[in-house]
Amino acid sequence: MVNKPLTKNIDMSRPPLDMAAYEKNDGYQSLKTISGGLSPADVLQIVKDSGLKGRGGAGFPTGLKWSFVPKSNGSPGQRYFVVNADEMEPGTFKDRLLMEGDPHLLLEGIIIGAYTIEASVAYIFLRGEYKVSEERLKKAISEAYEKGYLGKDIQGTGFDLDIIVHTSAGRYICGEETALLNALEGKRANPRAKPPFPQVSGLWGKPTIVNNVETLCNLPGIIAYGVDWYQGLSLGKDHGTKLFGISGKIKKPGCWELPLGTSIRELLEEYGGGMQEGLELRAFLPGGGSTDFMLPEHLDVKLDYDEIAKVGSRLATGTMILLDNKTCPVGMIGNLMKFFAHESCGFCTPCRDGLPWVDEIFNEFESGRGTEKDLKILHEHVDYLGPGKTFCALAPGATAPLGSGLKYFAEDFERHIKEKRCPYD
Amino acid sequence: MNNNIIATTSARARILTDEEIAEIDHEIDLYPDKQAVGLEALKIVQKHQGWVSDESMLAISKYLGIPISDLEGVATFFNLVYRQPVGRNVILFCNSVSCWIMGCKSMRAHINDKLGVDFGETTDDKEFTFLPVPCLGDCDKAPVMMVGDDLHRNLSKESINKIISEYKTRS
Ligand SMILES: Cc1cc2nc3c(=O)[nH]c(=O)nc-3n(C[C@H](O)[C@H](O)[C@H](O)COP(=O)(O)O)c2cc1C
Ligand code: SF4
Ligand code: FES
Repeated sequence: MVNKPLTKNIDMSRPPLDMAAYEKNDGYQSLKTISGGLSPADVLQIVKDSGLKGRGGAGFPTGLKWSFVPKSNGSPGQRYFVVNADEMEPGTFKDRLLMEGDPHLLLEGIIIGAYTIEASVAYIFLRGEYKVSEERLKKAISEAYEKGYLGKDIQGTGFDLDIIVHTSAGRYICGEETALLNALEGKRANPRAKPPFPQVSGLWGKPTIVNNVETLCNLPGIIAYGVDWYQGLSLGKDHGTKLFGISGKIKKPGCWELPLGTSIRELLEEYGGGMQEGLELRAFLPGGGSTDFMLPEHLDVKLDYDEIAKVGSRLATGTMILLDNKTCPVGMIGNLMKFFAHESCGFCTPCRDGLPWVDEIFNEFESGRGTEKDLKILHEHVDYLGPGKTFCALAPGATAPLGSGLKYFAEDFERHIKEKRCPYD
Repeated sequence: MNNNIIATTSARARILTDEEIAEIDHEIDLYPDKQAVGLEALKIVQKHQGWVSDESMLAISKYLGIPISDLEGVATFFNLVYRQPVGRNVILFCNSVSCWIMGCKSMRAHINDKLGVDFGETTDDKEFTFLPVPCLGDCDKAPVMMVGDDLHRNLSKESINKIISEYKTRS
C-alpha cells in the first residue's frame, strides 16, 4: 500500500512524471472514483471524515472550511477555488518541492476541491520567483486539458473547470488569504476585514476557498484509497503524512515526507543526521519564521498539531530552522524582525510603526549599543503586536520568535548590553 | 475611462509593442475584469523593457483603463516590479533566516567586493543589479540566490566567482 502519497512520484534528479507516467502510478484515479458516482456532498463528507488539516500554517480542518461555502441548491453561481502557492515564510521549502516534483498531483487535488465546492475556475497564486514551478505546472495543465481532465464536462460528470496560473511579484503578505484575494483582483494586497469570510464572499465577492498546495496534494490519495488508509498513515492523533524539513547547521538538511506523530528527535537524528561536528542544538523554530522557539528538552515531542501547541509553539509549515550554540540568537531574531518589518503591508499602525522600531532596536543590539530600556521596549512590543491587536496575523507571527526568544535567551540579550558587542562575533 | 488621467501626462504614454499587447490580451481573457490584469501587464512590460518607466505605466493605464494612481499603488507594492532601470542581470540574494545562519552575510560581502555594489545598486557597466529577497524556499541548500531566472544553491565564494563570470560572458 502507498505510504508516502505526497512524494511517491518525486525524484528531483529527473523531470517530474508526465501524464502517462503519472497515470500509470494510480494518477487521476480519484477522478474515476468521482465519475463512478460521488456527488460533491459525498466528497465533502469523505474529506471531513479524513481529518485532513490545512498545511498552510493555521492547521484548520479542510472539510469544515469547505462546508462553509453556501449550498448551491441546483443553481450554482460563480464560485472560485484558489491555491495558495505564495510560499514566502522564512525557512519554508515544501510547496516548491511538490510543485516542481509532481505538478499533476497538485492539479488532481485542485480538481477534487473545485468539484466539491462546485467552482468552475481555479487560480493558482504562485510566487513569482518560482520559475521552474510555473513552467512545470503550465506543462501539466496543458496535458490535463488534452486528456479531458480539465475543460468542459470532465469525465462525463457535467462538471467544468479551468485552472489559471497567476504569478505574483514578491510580497509575503500576499500569502495571507484575504490579501491574496485583493492581489488577484489587481489591488494593493492589504488584508480584508473578516467577516465576511472568503468562503461566503471572496474573490470578486463570490464564494471562494483558499487552500495551501500541500493540503491539496493530500486529496488524491484520500479519494482513491479511502479514509481508513489515510488515517492509518499517521502515528498520532492527527491523520496522514506531512512534509517536514530541516535547515540550519545539521549534517543533512532536507525535506522528507513522514507520518504525523513522528518524534522531533527522530526527524533531526535519523533523517537530518544530527548537528554538524562540534555544534550543539540550542533551540529551533518548528514550522517557519512565525513560530515560537522550542528547546532541546522538547525533542521527544511528537510532530502533531496539538502536541506542539501544548509546549507553546505551532507545527505550522513543519519546516524547522535550527539554532546552534555558536550562532547568535539575538542576531537570528533580528534577522526575522527585519523580514517582518520589511514585509508589513503598512495598513495598521502597530505593525507598520512597531516592527521597524523593533528592527531598529535589534540593529542597536548587534552593534553593541542596546540598553536595558531597549530591552523593555522589545518586551512591550510582544504585547502591542500580539494576537488581536493588529488587523491580520503577520504581526502576531513576528511576536512568536520575539516573545519566546526574549524568554529563552534573556542571558544573551543581557550580555549584548553588558559587553557592548555581540559575544558571538 | 481615460478621464481619470490628466491629459498632459497621458500624452506621455509610450506605444506598447505588438508583442506586449498580444501578451496582455492573453491575460485579459483569463480574468473577469481588466483591473486584475494590472500586475501581469506590469510584469509583461518589464520582461520586454527591463523595467517599468513612467511612460510604460501611462501606456498600461490607458490600455487597461485603470487609473494611473491604482496602477502605481500596485507597482510600488511589489518587490519585483522595478520602477527604475536595472542591470542586464538582476541578482536576487536571499537574506532570510536560514541563509543568514548558513553565512549569507559573508557571501553578500564577497559580492559587494567583487562587483563594487551593495543592495539596491547597479554596477557601472550596467551588467548587474544586486537586490535582497526574502526566503527563496530552498533553505536546505542555503545560502541561495537567483540570477535572472536561475537559482544557485549552496553558495560559496568560489561558486559566486564562477557564476558572475558566466553571466558576464553571456550576452
Ligand atoms: C502573513 C501571512 C502569510 C501567509 N503565507 C502563506 C503562504 O505563503 N502559503 C500558505 O499556504 N498559507 C499562508 N498563510 C496562511 C493563509 O492565510 C491560509 O491560512 C492558508 O492558505 C489556508 O490554507 P490551508 O487551510 O490549506 O492551510 C499566510 C498567513 C499569513 C497571516
Ligand atoms: S498586521 Fe501588518 S501586515 Fe497585517 S494588516 Fe496590519 S500592517 Fe498589514
Ligand atoms: S532562508 Fe534563504 S532560501 Fe529560505
